[in-house]
Amino acid sequence: MARRNGRIASIVTAAVVIVALAIPFFASGYRLYQGSQVLILAIALLGLNLLTGFNGQISLGHGAFFAIGGYGTAILMAKLGVPYWAAIPIASVVCFIAGFLFGFPALRFGGLYLALATFALAVAMPQMLSYKGFDAYTGGPMGLLLTKPHAPFGLPLSGDQWLYLFCLAFAAALYWAAVNLVRGRVGRGLIAIRDHPIAAETMGVNAALYKTTCFGVSALYAGVAGGLSAIVVGFVSPESFGLPLSLAFLVGIVVGGLASLGGMLFGAVFIEFVPNVADQLTVNFGESAKALPGAVYGVLLILVMALMPAGVAGAARALASLAARFFAPARRRTM
Amino acid sequence: MGEFLHLLASGLALGGVYAIMALALVMIYQATQLINFAQGEMAMFSTYVAWKLMDSGWPYWRAFAATVLVSFIGGVVIERVVVRPFARAPILASVIVSIGLAFIFNSLAGYLYGYSVTSFDSPFGDRPLFGGGYMSAHEAGAVLVSLCVLAVVYAFFRFTPLGLAMRAAAQNPVSSRLVGIRVGWMLALGWGLAAAIGSIAGMMAAPIVYLDPNMMFGILLYAFAGAVLGGIDNPFGAAFGGFAVGVMENLVGAYVVGPEVKLSVALAIIVAVLVWRPSGLFGRRLVARV
Repeated sequence: MARRNGRIASIVTAAVVIVALAIPFFASGYRLYQGSQVLILAIALLGLNLLTGFNGQISLGHGAFFAIGGYGTAILMAKLGVPYWAAIPIASVVCFIAGFLFGFPALRFGGLYLALATFALAVAMPQMLSYKGFDAYTGGPMGLLLTKPHAPFGLPLSGDQWLYLFCLAFAAALYWAAVNLVRGRVGRGLIAIRDHPIAAETMGVNAALYKTTCFGVSALYAGVAGGLSAIVVGFVSPESFGLPLSLAFLVGIVVGGLASLGGMLFGAVFIEFVPNVADQLTVNFGESAKALPGAVYGVLLILVMALMPAGVAGAARALASLAARFFAPARRRTM
Repeated sequence: MGEFLHLLASGLALGGVYAIMALALVMIYQATQLINFAQGEMAMFSTYVAWKLMDSGWPYWRAFAATVLVSFIGGVVIERVVVRPFARAPILASVIVSIGLAFIFNSLAGYLYGYSVTSFDSPFGDRPLFGGGYMSAHEAGAVLVSLCVLAVVYAFFRFTPLGLAMRAAAQNPVSSRLVGIRVGWMLALGWGLAAAIGSIAGMMAAPIVYLDPNMMFGILLYAFAGAVLGGIDNPFGAAFGGFAVGVMENLVGAYVVGPEVKLSVALAIIVAVLVWRPSGLFGRRLVARV
């Protein structure tokens, strides 16, 4: 049955890849931009889920690492003239270092205190980004404008199409890396630390190293996402990286499924489109529709934790195994 | 010198607000071992209730009392309905649930009362006080009210049987149950008290920071810093921490980093305390049992 589930999973993966590759040739303009946004959010959610879902370290401040990636990329491009494809790796290495360093004190925090410290990081980030002393680099409260890149090598693609495929390549590579990370020895170590830290250490898992590195890798994912977002939007400003962004990430991983990687695509679609739908509703219902995303997020956070703690991915998995059992009754009896 | 005194005084006034918010956080932490990320939004919602009551013509103190009562009942109901089912869930689940609550209150306030910034009256007026104008009447009143809240809470836990029962339930639920204390209800009462105290913090803060659905983000952060600084399992440590953070925020903001990055002072305090003295100034050191 496990093999059957595996087969279903690979069919679903293949379908998603085909659809994702087809999108830029059917959608255009704003829809395509939204598609890129979904991929970017999915990358950030993958990173946060590695940390929170698999390693059990609660971060309410991943918007801050997203911001470091975004600003890093923007400063490299706008102030230092680095090309966009080189800016993202550099900025994400900076993010890895920032995350690794933040992970050090985080080792001593444990559970709730880490949530507190990262919450503080998320709230304080916009103010730090608009700090007067860094105006020359960050552009202060006004932010930085970037020029959108064109498709290279004379490829017959529009700028939007190229950027979408650029994001898709990053998303696919980082998804693949995350899957391999989680399946191997390192992933088992991370999960063991989450489930029973003392037992994990007894079994020889270097908890301190694993946790700080996990924080670094997770920040790296957020940094890549931030960098891609800066390029796709063509603009960074302090206010776009505040607490709401960090909390949206949390909503994304909870709805998509804690400790699931495939579910992050759904989580990303969710947090991209709920605010959009609410924006469209303001036309009909006036200002009160602004309250809709928050209400939906809040109610869903509580309901998901109460009814299906593994999120949409967990529900899908349960459905798939139910279907598998339903279609293979004979084999079940022999077992 | 005059500016310094002024900063000190207004720091104390906001510090009082942080102190009672920190006290509310400690109340819930002691009862349910949970940091309530929705505390700020609950207080903000209570403040809107008070504003609505006064808007419909109630005098200040009657609206004040009604709001505290409504918040208390609201807190009890939230514990019973939303928090209770997650009592045995991992920490992550309870953090997520409290953030869910924060989202709900924030959007409820926005839906019911709109997102525009509103002014909120002070019962003490805003005349300058003490000749030199170092402190406004509202700031002095806010300090006074926070000290009163601290005194009342102290007396409640120290001198009443109910307070004793609540302390017992928080410290040792199993033994408390054996001597006939209804532990579950004590936890619900803890949430109710926290919500009531938070509503006072909200009403004291609103004349200073103005009323809008996002007014409590910063205040909650400073209250967290105060609670961590004083020790999150010690009510009076947390209250002291709140005052200290209020003063530090103002002085560091004015003289060191500039007022526009004041929030990072809270971040620095939280990280520094957790690195060097995780139990806070007055907290008990905890040793994990294997």
